[in-house]
Amino acid sequence: MNDMTQPAALSAANYKSGTKPIWCPGCGDFTVLGAITKAFALLQVPPHEVAVVSGIGCSSRIPAYTACYGFHGVHGRSLAAATGLKVARPELTVLVAGGDGDGYSIGGNHFLHACRRNVDLTYIVMDNHVYGMTKGQASPTTEPDWDNKLSPGGTGIRAFHPLVIALASGANFVARAFGGDQSGTAQIIAQGMRHPGFSFIEILSPCVTFRPEQREWKNLVHPASVEATDDAARAARRIMTDDGFNIGVLYAGDRKPYPLQPGRAQRDAAELETEFML
Amino acid sequence: MKTPQTLEEFMATALAMEREAAQRYNDIADAMETHNNREVAQLFRTMAGYEAKHAETIMAEMNWVEVPGVPPGAWPATESPEMIPSDAVHYLMHPWHALDLALAAEQRAEAFFDELAQLSSNESVRRAAIALREEEAEHVAMVKQWMTRYPVPGADWANDPDPPRYNE
Repeated sequence: MNDMTQPAALSAANYKSGTKPIWCPGCGDFTVLGAITKAFALLQVPPHEVAVVSGIGCSSRIPAYTACYGFHGVHGRSLAAATGLKVARPELTVLVAGGDGDGYSIGGNHFLHACRRNVDLTYIVMDNHVYGMTKGQASPTTEPDWDNKLSPGGTGIRAFHPLVIALASGANFVARAFGGDQSGTAQIIAQGMRHPGFSFIEILSPCVTFRPEQREWKNLVHPASVEATDDAARAARRIMTDDGFNIGVLYAGDRKPYPLQPGRAQRDAAELETEFML
Repeated sequence: MKTPQTLEEFMATALAMEREAAQRYNDIADAMETHNNREVAQLFRTMAGYEAKHAETIMAEMNWVEVPGVPPGAWPATESPEMIPSDAVHYLMHPWHALDLALAAEQRAEAFFDELAQLSSNESVRRAAIALREEEAEHVAMVKQWMTRYPVPGADWANDPDPPRYNE
């Protein structure tokens, strides 16, 4: 191949659509969007070979802001839709994105089983410990003592621990990132996309409107002091005892991913009809 | 922070700073337009234009066709010193606030190049760092001048009689 036919390198800008985000100015999701597009550029995966699938919520608007294929699905069902898509079109790179309410409450059961199935997907949860789109209700990851008008004195309910639940359910890659570190987050997302099987990345993404105190997160996050382990028990102990601001890849396992059959989508429609005939 | 060992490495760092600053200003300008704060959006867009112009100048000076990668450990923090913090903006912010953020970013960039000029043992890197430090000092003076055109907002600048944050 000579220089004239050499495809130009893709930059993060190649993965952004012309649609402008309507997130609140200062929202952490802006930098996560930048990190996702940077990760795509790091991997040089063509935009038409990527599908971004989401549920409902502020962060679930993200497919519209990318120039890839996108599916903005129903609340909590992003993983179900993405699993179907990946099984039907294994050649696509499928990235699933959403928030803590969508992923851990409405879609909580899908989360467990997506980890267990270990289909080759990358699932990003932009966690801000609040339902932002519906104006500030406590979410599964909200601290029990978060006092606000809707839950005076706090909910008193223990917060969900997504990383350890992902690990216990069988996710093959578990990481925590901080949206304020765009380049570092892009590296973690790219690592997750490269890793076979189900990769789960929790991204701390501050909600400056309903949780302005989360601006402090940038002073609390710190890189994980140890390398990722492939020992799930060791990873679980670390995750259960860390301060919640430990950033990096925390577990990278070697469990065999769900087997996919290339070319399945090319099968004749009549053949599929026969298969599903009652 | 890793001190650049060659002029190319140093200029790649400077280029990345300008490009990332431009991207951040554009992102925030988009957000301000979406929230109908047009005057502030225009200011951020203008700043993005300046940063993009500086990036083009570096590309031309270095005869680069492809953008080089960011050298690892190029700056001490997670974000480049010239980027304004993404969480420091507000939908009701005034032009004065926007310029105040821009001023702080330019001052950080000036301090960054000053530090590199002092630390570098490579003469070409040291000279380039001094040149860029002087440029950033000019930008600091320029932004300070701009700030005199806008009144300092009152304490109630973020009051919104019809706030989006209404959760009762």
